[in-house]
Amino acid sequence: MSLLDYTLRIADSSLISAQRLSEWCSKGPTLEEDIAISNISLDLFGQANGFLEYVSELDGNKTVDDFAFKRNEREFFNFKITEQPNGHFGDTIVKLFLTSAFNFLFYTKLSGSKNEKLSALAAKSLKEVKYHLKHSRSWMVRLGDGTEESNKRIQESLNSLWQFTGEFFEMDKVDTEISKSGLGVNNLSIKEDWNKIINTTLSESKLIRPKDGYMQTGSKRGIHTEHLGHLLSEMQYLPRAYPDAKW
Amino acid sequence: MLNGNTNKIWELLNTVPDPEIPVISVVELGVIRNIEFINDSYLISITPTYSGCPAVKTFQDDIKTCLTNNGVDNFELKLIYSPAWTTDWMTVKTKEKLLKYGISPPSKTVICPQCKSTSTTTISDFGSTACKSFHSCNDCLEPFEHFKCI
Repeated sequence: MSLLDYTLRIADSSLISAQRLSEWCSKGPTLEEDIAISNISLDLFGQANGFLEYVSELDGNKTVDDFAFKRNEREFFNFKITEQPNGHFGDTIVKLFLTSAFNFLFYTKLSGSKNEKLSALAAKSLKEVKYHLKHSRSWMVRLGDGTEESNKRIQESLNSLWQFTGEFFEMDKVDTEISKSGLGVNNLSIKEDWNKIINTTLSESKLIRPKDGYMQTGSKRGIHTEHLGHLLSEMQYLPRAYPDAKW
Repeated sequence: MLNGNTNKIWELLNTVPDPEIPVISVVELGVIRNIEFINDSYLISITPTYSGCPAVKTFQDDIKTCLTNNGVDNFELKLIYSPAWTTDWMTVKTKEKLLKYGISPPSKTVICPQCKSTSTTTISDFGSTACKSFHSCNDCLEPFEHFKCI
């Protein structure tokens, strides 16, 4: 069961990030950026689908759609940062940068998993996440080292989202068990590299790294911020209202 | 039925165009990884270019239609993720087709498909489909797309 829980967490973070980013579709600040964010969202939907297929296989009963559309908030295990509202463009870029830096290092390690399915999905995701990191990093620099106004606003985004970064490096019983058996990642082992990416980018962006203060927690137990419920109500509306609807 | 002639299946699939870039086939794109004949049925392994590529569903349907129209109904499509798709699987000939079609093929140096200049500017790492990025030429000033190396 641990393997299922572990895989479901990865799938959920991808799925909720994807759904959140998709809200930018047709509302991007420029046409190029609209396309970029929609593409990133699409990659994440695809990754979520791959991991959910494996979850469904491990479960042996529920389908991918059951997992995506028929669970309530407390049954989702995505990092809280992924469910946070898009805010302004700078808020979205900071969220994307912080999570892509984590995803990049996480998938690099997970691609060495002893579990063939997880390593294949991780290797595939890694190729895509590299672009997400490159893209969000370049916007961090452009906005941070841009105008006085853009610097001020993206610094505020960073300050308010920082409290969600603690969850990346939490290890509970499931994580410990899976990583010890060589199937998953010890998230503490990638913290130093994550710090390096963050610190290098922030100094290049003329931004100040916020101090670690109160850190959000709880998503591994299905505890979320109020935003997840609203996101799910939109994402799950159609399959719940019309359970037999087919594409 | 074709009695297990996998070469014939490869030939048939080579006539199925990529839904987004019809100048190359799904075989040339490299998404057909393997064709086996097991228990009187063809097992066709397919890998997606990008995890969320919407064309995957379309080309699966196109493959089914192509095979059925050619009297082959004993087949199964299987989606595989490993090894992950790479642009390295494209042949030189396929890359030439892309360039001629107006898409800068995957390579370290981005080439303008209009004037063949190598002096170009990246506009965005993301283009009209997941597999392409967006550029403009510094010499002829034309905008164009480049097939990303992954």
